Amino acid sequence: MAEQKKSKRRDFIFTASYALGAVGVGATVWPLIDQMNPDASVKALASTEVDISSIERGQSITVLWRGKPVFIRRRTEEEIAKAKEVNLKDLKHPEKDEDRAKNPEWLVMLGVCTHLGCVPLGDKGEYGGWFCPCHGSHYDTSGRIRKGPAPTNMEVPKYEFVNNNTIKIG
Amino acid sequence: MSDHEYTPKSKLGKWFNDRLPILTLGNHLTEYPTPKNLNYWWTFGGILTFCLITQIVTGIILGMHYVAHADLAFKSVEHIMRDVNYGWLIRYVHANGASMFFLAVYIHIFRSLYYGSYKSPREVIWIIGMIIYFLMMATAFMGYVLPWGQMSFWGATVITNLFSAIPIFGEAITNWLWGGYSVDNPTLTRFFSLHYLLPFLILGLVVLHIWALHVPGNNNPIGIDIKKPSNDTVPFHPYIVIKDLFALLIFLIIFAFFVFFSPNILGHADNYIEANPMITPAHIVPEWYLLPFYAILRSVPDKLLGVIAMFAAIFVLVILPWLDTSKVRSAIFRPIYKQFYWFLVADVLILGYMGAMPAEGTYLLIARVATAYYFLHFLFILPFLGKREKTLDIPLSITEPVLGGSVNPAMTKNIKDKV
Repeated sequence: MAEQKKSKRRDFIFTASYALGAVGVGATVWPLIDQMNPDASVKALASTEVDISSIERGQSITVLWRGKPVFIRRRTEEEIAKAKEVNLKDLKHPEKDEDRAKNPEWLVMLGVCTHLGCVPLGDKGEYGGWFCPCHGSHYDTSGRIRKGPAPTNMEVPKYEFVNNNTIKIG
Repeated sequence: MSDHEYTPKSKLGKWFNDRLPILTLGNHLTEYPTPKNLNYWWTFGGILTFCLITQIVTGIILGMHYVAHADLAFKSVEHIMRDVNYGWLIRYVHANGASMFFLAVYIHIFRSLYYGSYKSPREVIWIIGMIIYFLMMATAFMGYVLPWGQMSFWGATVITNLFSAIPIFGEAITNWLWGGYSVDNPTLTRFFSLHYLLPFLILGLVVLHIWALHVPGNNNPIGIDIKKPSNDTVPFHPYIVIKDLFALLIFLIIFAFFVFFSPNILGHADNYIEANPMITPAHIVPEWYLLPFYAILRSVPDKLLGVIAMFAAIFVLVILPWLDTSKVRSAIFRPIYKQFYWFLVADVLILGYMGAMPAEGTYLLIARVATAYYFLHFLFILPFLGKREKTLDIPLSITEPVLGGSVNPAMTKNIKDKV
């Protein structure tokens, strides 16, 4: 009996040592892993201001934000109507156009295909919006995925209208 | 390793060998009994070793002139091509060397598939080989990013985005891989670091691959176990060494043809345009050796499932020794398997072609059928065939089918026992 009790105490010391060792190894390895995450200089470039005064209806520009292209499109009435009349049930990733473009005239979204990150081409595809040449995803005039392998709609970043002529992304 | 004891002739050699038995190892490698019927498909092990050394030597030299920075990488590659003495040669050997390396590794793998070299007792050799193959793909992919051309950039974007398919953690993992929010300078520098490291890991695994090979010894075209050493074997040196060298020479002629006469035919013109994150090239195509897997990825309409299918295509190869239930190794004695083997070869070639074509219409349909057949072959045909197939009679030794009976009395007795 005495021996059994002794071995239990020894077991506790073993377990405690392993646990402490694991914590120590974890704490040592973490900096080696975390160094690969976005660094301070990358995070510092988090927002950008864009002048949109020269964009006419039906035109779009592409700006670079966080190393990724952002599409800013001033949509025509026709495009807006087309985006609004879609039945949400037909969408792979249901989102209302109103939720994607607060000001319906302006569509701001990351120009990155949600499949594998290519830049879709504008005014193309079966839904009059964007078409990704890499693996054939079709997006509509609201940047929503309609056909092809992409799982979700093109992402709308955080942005605001600083004034009538300027958008701040990020 | 070998049964017989080895004693160096010189006194110094003996003194040294007692302390570090490296001469015993050298003796083992020269005396190593090898089946005497090995054909030229068996020369690719040596060719592959040569390819690895070539890539390491040319790679170290390129590393002396290359600059791993998003603003300078593209220029530094042009600097190597135009200014560095023989830089063009060394870079073309390195770039085409990767293709030649994969050409050789595919022949090496398909040789194993034909002659059943992955079967017991050689499963560990096979699995180490598959790890090497996987690391080769990772190394080649990262190396292709370094020139920082359009294909480099967009290839890297597409492949790293595969990880974003992982549920919940996908985005965090891709940001971690990139060191930012897209492929950029931090991505380039870490790829350079890893591209330099991985070949040395491969070299270490090659040593294990050969070590594991030397435990059971080589498989052979008729796939039977042989006595070693016996009249079925020849010493590795000089017989196999000379044969390997001859095959290597032929291989080098093909290699030199690409390097000197069409050094860019296996690459993409788009990669001579500097990386631009705003414009995606019309067709993003990986290097030819990754195309079959790319076709599998694209043939599945769901993002996550596509990624899973692509990795599963490699994983079924890893567990192949347990999927193929047939005890008979060589396809020579498996009439049905032999046909399915060639179907598989055709299937992989078709997948490769479809990977290079746009993913739409008929191309996509064919890619889907070929993907389905690929998995059908490994997951259904092989396990089932091994149990049902009527195999041909297997000779008792390599010598037997040639001489109509062994001159070795021990072997004759063996035949009588079996009959």
